[in-house]
Amino acid sequence: MSRRKDDLADSRWGRFKRWLDGEVDPLMAPDMETVAPRSAEAAGQAGSAVREEAAGQAGSAVRAETGGQAGSAVREEAAGQTGSAVRAETAVQTGTAAAVQAGAGSAVRQAADRTALAGTDGSVRSAAQAVLPAKRRKGRLYDRVYQVMSVILCLGIISVLLWTIAYLPVFGNAGNPDNNEVSARYIERGLQETGAVNIVTGMILDYRAFDTFGESCVLFIASCCVLVLLRIDKESGAEGVKERLKAADDRRFEPKEDIILQKCAMVLSPVIFVFGIYIILNGHLSPGGGFSGGAVLGSGLILYLNAFGFEKTERFFNTKTYRRITVSALSFYCLAKSYSFFTGANHLESGIPLGTPGAIISSGLILPLNICVGMVVACTMYAFYTLFRKGDM
Amino acid sequence: MVSHLFSNIEETVAVILFGVGFTMLLLHRNLIKRIMGMNIMDTAVYLFLAAKGYISGRMVPIVVDGIQDTTAYINPVPSGLVLTGIVVSVSTTALLLALVIRIYGRYHSLDLDEILMQVKKEERI
Amino acid sequence: MTLVQNFPFFSIVIAMFSGIVSSVLSGKQARNLSIGAIVITTVMSGAVLAFCLGTGESYTYMMGHFPAPWGNEIRAGVLEGLTALLFGVVMLLSVVGGMGHTFEDVEESKLNLFFIVIDLMLSSLLALIYTNDLFTAYVFVEINTIAGCGLIMIRQVGRSFTSAIRYLMMSQLGSGLFLIGLTLLYDVTGHLLMSPAKEAVAAIEASGSYEIPMLVILAVISVGLAIKSGLYPFHSWIPDTYGYATPTASAILSGLVSKGYIFLLIKIFYRVLGRENVVASRIVNVLFLFGLAGMIMGSVRAMLETDTRRMIAYSSVAQIGYIYLGLGLGTQDGVIAAIFHMFTHSATKALLFISAVGLYEVSGDKKDYLSLRGAGYRNPLAGIGFTVGALSMVGFPMLSGFISKLLFASSALLSPHKMLPTLIGLALSTVLNAVYFLRLVTTLYSPATPGAVVGEMRKRTKAAHWMLGGATCCFILLNLILGSFSQPVVRAIAEGLAMFE
Repeated sequence: MSRRKDDLADSRWGRFKRWLDGEVDPLMAPDMETVAPRSAEAAGQAGSAVREEAAGQAGSAVRAETGGQAGSAVREEAAGQTGSAVRAETAVQTGTAAAVQAGAGSAVRQAADRTALAGTDGSVRSAAQAVLPAKRRKGRLYDRVYQVMSVILCLGIISVLLWTIAYLPVFGNAGNPDNNEVSARYIERGLQETGAVNIVTGMILDYRAFDTFGESCVLFIASCCVLVLLRIDKESGAEGVKERLKAADDRRFEPKEDIILQKCAMVLSPVIFVFGIYIILNGHLSPGGGFSGGAVLGSGLILYLNAFGFEKTERFFNTKTYRRITVSALSFYCLAKSYSFFTGANHLESGIPLGTPGAIISSGLILPLNICVGMVVACTMYAFYTLFRKGDM
Repeated sequence: MVSHLFSNIEETVAVILFGVGFTMLLLHRNLIKRIMGMNIMDTAVYLFLAAKGYISGRMVPIVVDGIQDTTAYINPVPSGLVLTGIVVSVSTTALLLALVIRIYGRYHSLDLDEILMQVKKEERI
Repeated sequence: MTLVQNFPFFSIVIAMFSGIVSSVLSGKQARNLSIGAIVITTVMSGAVLAFCLGTGESYTYMMGHFPAPWGNEIRAGVLEGLTALLFGVVMLLSVVGGMGHTFEDVEESKLNLFFIVIDLMLSSLLALIYTNDLFTAYVFVEINTIAGCGLIMIRQVGRSFTSAIRYLMMSQLGSGLFLIGLTLLYDVTGHLLMSPAKEAVAAIEASGSYEIPMLVILAVISVGLAIKSGLYPFHSWIPDTYGYATPTASAILSGLVSKGYIFLLIKIFYRVLGRENVVASRIVNVLFLFGLAGMIMGSVRAMLETDTRRMIAYSSVAQIGYIYLGLGLGTQDGVIAAIFHMFTHSATKALLFISAVGLYEVSGDKKDYLSLRGAGYRNPLAGIGFTVGALSMVGFPMLSGFISKLLFASSALLSPHKMLPTLIGLALSTVLNAVYFLRLVTTLYSPATPGAVVGEMRKRTKAAHWMLGGATCCFILLNLILGSFSQPVVRAIAEGLAMFE
């Protein structure tokens, strides 16, 4: 490896380029402090289980792409799902020797500091890069080919689509094929047939309600999958639960009892809630509806949570409430729409009054459906946030 | 052809954005950037759809003053489709991010290649 | 409108409703509800099939109070009924067969979530089969994708996360392309429902305008769905996905999910774009080439694998290649062969995955196929099941795989330009299939090397044991039925395709 290449790798440009290539872990930026305490704790628990990697083996342990990053000196790695012992693998990026000298257990923190110092030493780094496995280089070539191929593919797709656009109907022209009898009927008779002043709401919740029902189910199943991934069951007592809880807990990094945030939230969140409810209830009259209103409500809840902490929100919102609200809202949605589909297909009168257009209580099923969707969306947004933050509601 | 592309500037931009997103989704090794690419791609499709519904000089499809004339409003169908599409993209984004959180917690990396290397290494043990 | 005609709608809603309700139930209750829902929907699909065979025509069903170009619609005919029936049976057997493993692999507090995913997967598959609306198809394609991802990652080990994210990324590429195809199609036709859209497409073709957009729409939709179903150059996610998921998930993903997309593609070809246009546009030739490449390359990669489940997964790549080969022939017979092979493959691949479970159980859960030595003696039923599945894949007479290969060959004879490559590809792929599947089967029945530690046997409850055995038996039976009574099935497929036009 020539000297000039090293210079390039060290330079700002080289670092930027590696960042562009995604080689550098953005969460472990070079000048970011490592979360050494946590790994030290884990290592402390693991005690003698800390696995040492000798300097000779270091070649494989050194992640070539993060080679330049002194920051992420100590890396902990939970020992798989078995979780029998936390195996704090001291994947030391640069000064492997320094870390190896340091003992196991609590000494890891010390090692982290020392390696952080050693990280600035260029010669150590180039030594680490020299042991870059040959396999990795072969991979690089494959990467290059793959990159070139995908750029060609993407340019091909762009040009083909641009070529297509040149033959498509003109933008904003009233005579285009999509302005046909379908949209004409929605506009001309939508008010009478659905009772909704907002034609788009009438369309998605009455004419094409099956799509919208499917869409709510997309949200529902996504929230189920996120629950599978991120929910940590405290009562299960399974192995590894404690570690995961600790890892998911990020509350100690945030300022507590922030007075500015609390005062602002005190003023803002009622307004946000009222606005969200307004949007939901007026979905058939003005722009908005269940989805947008629900998102506003959810963001209000998130603001409240951030200002006052989990203890306050857990009093009125936990997993059980979430499940109850989602299930009752979606079941109502499912049953109401099934009734409407069934009567429609069998040419029966549904018997649901449409009311006077323009009034709040009007347009048949659209208002209750909007409320259901709004509740589901608000709960799901909030659930996503809390699951991402601490793995439970 | 070029003049037509300029008169369809919204669609042109949407298609270029689609390509950018597609490239990011295919090319980047960082998972978060791939997710960004996916979002750009989805948004481009929504821009495209919304542009399709627009008709010059007409209003949003909300009945005002009892006017129910097709010449007064734009096409409501694409707006509804965009609404549905947005929810779908929110759901998939949330799921992808949750997966990334778990993967990061397990492998301490966001680089898909490195993660796969680690997986292979683990299997050999 | 008779009660039976409501059944397609009922089956979609029942599956969905049981999914929604399951989120407040315990794992066992959710399981019972889920199995109940699958049984009911399967029976309903059978009734729909019988009804459509009786009347000899298909019907559309309004979802709501508004007729065709305005409201949503679903449509049922012979082919829809048949596919739904078969998918229901395969789904039921996969869920039942993998039950023991499911209860081990999934955390107890998340069992009900697993069954939610199964329920919604079922409902989305049914909706993909029955839909008569393009945008509904898109929405349910997304549900299907997310549910598939849920099935993969439900085991929550490192490998399943990585394969889930690769699957989801690839699928999103496919969905994005599919959606932009739909948007373009909406732009030039102005319709989202299939029947009016088809009329509009016919008018466009007659007038000769929008020639290039139509070609691009066809290409983009085909490529999007091909990516999602794992056609050869886009197959990279398949081995990991099928190889590391819980057995039920592997069986469902390989047997049903990819087939749902292929069915949708066939439906779009016939019901929207028109088969003549598709054939005339030569996109089929591209599909043909990809299918051919997939047949060979999938088998070659499967030969090089030593992990049994990855081997079966690579064999899936080859079989998907067969299906696209049939589509690519561009003739009615080719499509019939493709659909029949779709059925064959979903029955056989699910059988292979489920019976592999039985074999792994008695061999200490090792990855290498050599660890399965003598497993056929230790678990005779699973051994027989695996042998039947393998022979069917190779194309042994009396089994369903033989019939589909016969259909492919006979339909290839009718298309002169593609006859030679098809026949060569079929022969080559069959030989390769035979090499790796028979290697597996002989391993199963060769005596275990003396002194080799078999590893500890899995403890299994009696119920799980019986369920696994029962499911294997039913799968074998299904294979035999498809193999020996293929004539009515083929006739029904032909009738159903005729209803598509």
